[in-house]
Amino acid sequence: MSTLTDAGVTPEPEAAVSRRPAGAMMRTALRLWRTRIGVALVALLVLVAILGPAIAPHGPSEYFGLAPNAPPSGKAYFGTDYIGQDVWSRFLDGGREILVMAVLATALGLVLGTAVGLTAAYARNILDDVLMRAMDVILAFPQIMLALVVVATVGASETLIVLAVGLTTMPRVARIIRGAAQAIVERDFVAAAEALGLPRIRILMREVLPNVLSPLLVEANLRLTYSIGLIASLAFLGLAPNPNGADWGLMIQQNRVALGTDQPWGVLLPMIAIALLTIGTGLVGDGFARAAAGIDRGRGAE
Amino acid sequence: MSAPEAAIVVDDLRVVVAGTGHDIVDEVSFAIAPGEVLGLVGESGSGKTTAALALLGHTRRGARITGGSVRIGDQQVLELSRDQSRRLRGRVISYVPQDPASALNPALRIGTQLTEALEVHGIGGSGDERRARVAEMMREVALPDDPAYLRRYPHELSGGQQQRVGLAMAFACRPRVIVLDEPTTGLDVTTQAHVLGTVRELAAAHRVAALYVSHDLAVVGSLAARVAVMYAGRIVELAPADELFQAAAHPYTRRLVAAVPHLEGRRDLVGIPGRAPSPGQRPGGCSFALRCTMVQEECTLAMPDLRVVSEAHSARCLFAEQVRALVDERRGPAGVVAEPAAADSVLALNGVNAGYMGLTVVHDVNLGVAPRECLALVGESGSGKTTLARAIVGLHRERSGEILLKGRPLARAARSRPRDVRRSIQYVFQNPYGSLNPRRTVGQIVRQPLELFGGRSGREIDRRVDEMLARVSLTAAYASQYPDQLSGGERQRVAIARALVCNPEVLVCDEVTSALDVSVQAAIVELLGELQRDLGLAMLFVTHNLPLVRSIAQRVAVMSSGRIVELGPVDRVLQEPADDYTRRLLADTPSLETATA
Repeated sequence: MSTLTDAGVTPEPEAAVSRRPAGAMMRTALRLWRTRIGVALVALLVLVAILGPAIAPHGPSEYFGLAPNAPPSGKAYFGTDYIGQDVWSRFLDGGREILVMAVLATALGLVLGTAVGLTAAYARNILDDVLMRAMDVILAFPQIMLALVVVATVGASETLIVLAVGLTTMPRVARIIRGAAQAIVERDFVAAAEALGLPRIRILMREVLPNVLSPLLVEANLRLTYSIGLIASLAFLGLAPNPNGADWGLMIQQNRVALGTDQPWGVLLPMIAIALLTIGTGLVGDGFARAAAGIDRGRGAE
Repeated sequence: MSAPEAAIVVDDLRVVVAGTGHDIVDEVSFAIAPGEVLGLVGESGSGKTTAALALLGHTRRGARITGGSVRIGDQQVLELSRDQSRRLRGRVISYVPQDPASALNPALRIGTQLTEALEVHGIGGSGDERRARVAEMMREVALPDDPAYLRRYPHELSGGQQQRVGLAMAFACRPRVIVLDEPTTGLDVTTQAHVLGTVRELAAAHRVAALYVSHDLAVVGSLAARVAVMYAGRIVELAPADELFQAAAHPYTRRLVAAVPHLEGRRDLVGIPGRAPSPGQRPGGCSFALRCTMVQEECTLAMPDLRVVSEAHSARCLFAEQVRALVDERRGPAGVVAEPAAADSVLALNGVNAGYMGLTVVHDVNLGVAPRECLALVGESGSGKTTLARAIVGLHRERSGEILLKGRPLARAARSRPRDVRRSIQYVFQNPYGSLNPRRTVGQIVRQPLELFGGRSGREIDRRVDEMLARVSLTAAYASQYPDQLSGGERQRVAIARALVCNPEVLVCDEVTSALDVSVQAAIVELLGELQRDLGLAMLFVTHNLPLVRSIAQRVAVMSSGRIVELGPVDRVLQEPADDYTRRLLADTPSLETATA
């Protein structure tokens, strides 16, 4: 080579390259402001969702003598909604369900997706093709379409929404994990385990899985963000498990006409909450991704 | 040393870690005359690449040049602006990196890349002139110069050809100085011999001053007239090559020379215990004091200066004269070489063929390894030796013919073999950086076979793991460490411990030292030889390194294009090779004997 470029030179290893990259990634991530802000936002909204029902001044479906769309007052801090229920109380009450469902659905998608992705990457044969083409078929439809079809035909129950969102999350996770694991299964330590005759499940769980935790963690945050949005959207479209209960997505749908009026809180409050929550999980995921990239760079190619 | 006609003069060069100010390289001074090749030898982490890059005024990310000067002609390289030094590079000083594949742009045809190198430096006015120049360059490095060849992409060339293109590019603008950073690492001995020959001829023909950086003393010895030895960021010895190999004046150089396997005369390899201190952890006195067998109290007080011990020979040791006068203790023959009982092979291969997707790469191999015997399998890359080794341990399934363990045929896949068979045959991988799971501790890695093959309580397993770690000269404290906290040699020890922890009868070692420094290689071979004798292992030692065979094996099989071309006792094969291929391999192998002859 006649000229020298940085690309051709191995970078100096970073000082603190860790043995447990997933743990180190979290520590590095938490040093970034974006992650800290993200964690603070998520923590705030989780607190609202958990403690909300306990501190709500009224019941979610309680009528206490105010007219519909009443402006904020001492009796109702954020006024009343389209049928005279307390916006503040419904807001405090409506977070828990969406959060629990989003977390469960994401967890389901992660577990299934990781299982499919690892199996496909390790199989390196027809099973790989069958599994991944099946995932592609699911991927061909927009996530919300599939969820809508399922929920609209069978009916909106909590279990069904979690299942629908989880199953549509699965192929996205599977692709990421398969991609990450493909490089790992070719490494010699996997061959060493095979030469010993270690059972396949133990090779996947103990040799491969720990080496894809970083991308998995990044993906987990991203998928959680999407699940929150998706479940809120389903509720907005009228497919909430309890159409009379309080639910942020449902609140937006019910009060959407009030957005342009002088009592927009019924729709603004849940909108802000969902926005902050997704921004929060998004920031955490982005922080993790940046930390993971930094660590991977530092580790160098040996 | 700064003769007036020197093409490049390096004076008191100092490179530090940007944040901490710890020195990576310090007090490095040398000069190279036009047409001369200076060898720069050191183990990994000695700062040799950092020093070499600094000659171009370049540092890797995180490092900074903070002192000294590099003068080429009347230009002070380190004082140039970014633009000026960019013009300098390629034109006046050029660089050949270790990995040719990463230095060539995979998306551009090689002809385009070579022409570009000329264009950038404004050489050759017209396209025709440049084409003629490119053709000339190709001929110089003994590559075809026809347009069809120039239209190839880098991936269509072999490693040796890629490195030749790299050389052509480096010599393209007729620079005055060229820095070669381990350009033959990863190449076969035959290819290496050709590349080295090309470097020697080009440097002499065009009066180019060359700095040849390598960890391989034998390679440097066959190429360079003078050799500088680097240790912990400093030049510890600088001498003419033959003087350095015969009468080194620094204890480190002595140990390094002793660690190089010889083609002639069986002897033990002696490794250097311990590891070189890294930047920021270097002791106050002589940096080799911690590992030196001749250390005195004065050594730890202050860093010794580089002193002249004789004409053109200087060393950084307080006792250089005494060290230089030392007579090489006759290195004894390697262990007791019990002639193996030829009768019952533990491991036998009968007409083994193996291949990939229908393409046969191993043809009709018949081999037997007796108990307590070490059989070396030697071949260049692509000869099929690794495929064969992997077929034996059941990692390569596409094979036919019989592989027998104590007379019982083995299933193709490790998974289909009975537990006891899997326990009996163990494998050590080439690259210790890939064969250990980075997410598991050394203890977890070593205990895995014990847990799998069962029959021991938790406490027994713990004891056995400690015992095994001690056996490979690692303390029990290593058990809680992760692989990336260990050096390459330590990792390979862990891999050996994992292979031997469940008392196998057959050990297959696949190029286990090729990723390691020479001194570490010596220590690993020493350890393997000792373990093989003590545990009565039957060992198949796969390597591309012929001299190494002498230090460990009793018999050697030479493999070429998937066939065993020669098989016999080591002494006989290395001294009176019967096969042409073996003879060629021997002739191309650089060694200290040929270097000093």
